[in-house]
Amino acid sequence: MNEVSARRSDLAFRIALNLRSIRGRAYPRIIGANREPSWIFFEAVLPLLTIAAYVFIYRAIAANQIVNANAETAARILANTNALVASVVLGGAMVAFWLNVLWSMASQLYWEKEIGNLQLYMMAPMNRMALLGGMAIGGVFMTSVRAISTLVAGVLVFGVVFQVADPLMLLAVFFVTLVALYGLGMFFASLYLLWGREAWNVSALLEEPIFFSSGFYFPLGGLFNYGGWGSVVGIVGSIIPAGLGLDALRQLTLGQTAFGGKFWVLSAPVELEILLVLAIGFLVLARYALAYLELLAKREGKLTSRHQ
Amino acid sequence: MSTYWRTFKTAAWLGWEMDSNWTEPWLFLIYSIIKPVAGAFILVFMYVVIWSINGIADPQSFAFLYVGNAFFIFVGSTLFGTFQVIQSDREWYQTLRYVYISPISYYVYILGRAFSKILVSIFGVLITLGFGFFFLHVDMRFTPDRIPLFIVSLALGLFVLLAIGITLGAATFLMARHSQTLAEAVPGVFYVFCGVLFPLTILPSWGQSIGTAIPLTYWFEITRRILLPFQYNTGLAAFGDWEILAFLLISTFVFFGLSLGVFRLGEYLARKAGKLDMTTSY
Repeated sequence: MNEVSARRSDLAFRIALNLRSIRGRAYPRIIGANREPSWIFFEAVLPLLTIAAYVFIYRAIAANQIVNANAETAARILANTNALVASVVLGGAMVAFWLNVLWSMASQLYWEKEIGNLQLYMMAPMNRMALLGGMAIGGVFMTSVRAISTLVAGVLVFGVVFQVADPLMLLAVFFVTLVALYGLGMFFASLYLLWGREAWNVSALLEEPIFFSSGFYFPLGGLFNYGGWGSVVGIVGSIIPAGLGLDALRQLTLGQTAFGGKFWVLSAPVELEILLVLAIGFLVLARYALAYLELLAKREGKLTSRHQ
Repeated sequence: MSTYWRTFKTAAWLGWEMDSNWTEPWLFLIYSIIKPVAGAFILVFMYVVIWSINGIADPQSFAFLYVGNAFFIFVGSTLFGTFQVIQSDREWYQTLRYVYISPISYYVYILGRAFSKILVSIFGVLITLGFGFFFLHVDMRFTPDRIPLFIVSLALGLFVLLAIGITLGAATFLMARHSQTLAEAVPGVFYVFCGVLFPLTILPSWGQSIGTAIPLTYWFEITRRILLPFQYNTGLAAFGDWEILAFLLISTFVFFGLSLGVFRLGEYLARKAGKLDMTTSY
């Protein structure tokens, strides 16, 4: 074994190389956001309007419900509406991460293929997972701007009150949800090595149906309480980590008794355990799918084919 | 004029092919339907949840938001249709330079590309309305004597949408590849201020003022007056149908003129800054 080969097989060298790759791929996303101020405006400010629309829906319906209600019922309706508004705000923050997973993780390799960068990545000596890891870290940073602005707007503009009794659990659920989500994004990204525009359209298709089935704008338990096909849709939606993650985050920030305690899917600790399994599962799946689909794409000559 | 028409037709055909030829027609049809229906279901379950939690049904509010949301499909797809043309041609397919230097109107070309999206979204609107009427029992009525008014308001509404789309889309001449975000964010403005899902009266007074200055507010108002068998207090009750239609007509002309001006300005600034053919890869 010559000196160069020996160095490349050295574990410390490989770790350092992949860490540099992660940093290198995360860098343009973090710095890119600063160089494009319009991006921050479009990412952070304008999406708040869609969230505001959902908030006003609840308020408009509640305003009608209150008209003929007595004082006690009116107070209950107001409390429930505030909890629903808080649910929308949390969902709106999670939407930012889901859209980032779809468009800046899953579709990114397709985009790189289209603009001719993918072959450069493939020739580079780093692990592909390091590349995706860097994209994920950069993406989380980029998206946090939007998510934080959503939460701040929720508190300041809509008067949402969060009651966090267990901040450690809250942080654990949040970060495990993110790892699971971005693990899923890495898995999706591998599919794009093989597919072309059909995969791009699948990403587009995974917006509204997932917002619905994962309960981004209403408690996920609403689907399960509906029974029948509602439960089926809820179970399918729970495979996307955002669904259970949001349910746990809502329990931890609104209290178990919100909505009469009838709209939670499972308890927060159980949901955290499931999310952990999903996170590990998606990362492992992504690792193997990436290797397999890269090989398949090379065999079929689709790895660098553009405009398909 | 014939050049404009030919450009429009060819661009619309191109847009249709680009949107649909990645799969089989039946799969594309399902794809075109699932998104708007799922969007409607978000609202259905928001209503179901607040009804279940508070124990008070409000079918009129539900019909109001359901019909508004169904017609909002046109807004989302038309705006996306106009926003993404410049950036997809410039960065994705990198064909903008060839189209731009050809002897056609690029403005008309964008109109044609966006028109294909409107055609596809008609299916989504019809399916959403049909599903609401037959399965969710949304309280709607459509009498034959209202058909001419409906057609005129629909045509004006779609035209003003295209004009607004091109006015705002001109900004994408100068932007990095974020039209996806723009297409997601800008409809949010209309979602909130145009009384799409809730009456304008629920907004603070400054919000109502913004709403009454946007032509789409009048389009949604008249569409609901045609389709819903009840009048809701939207803050526009003082205006008759013809007055609403007149507002829509005038604003259509205003936005058409504005779109021409802003488009030329965006084009000029992009050429001046050397951004007309840029690619942004991060």
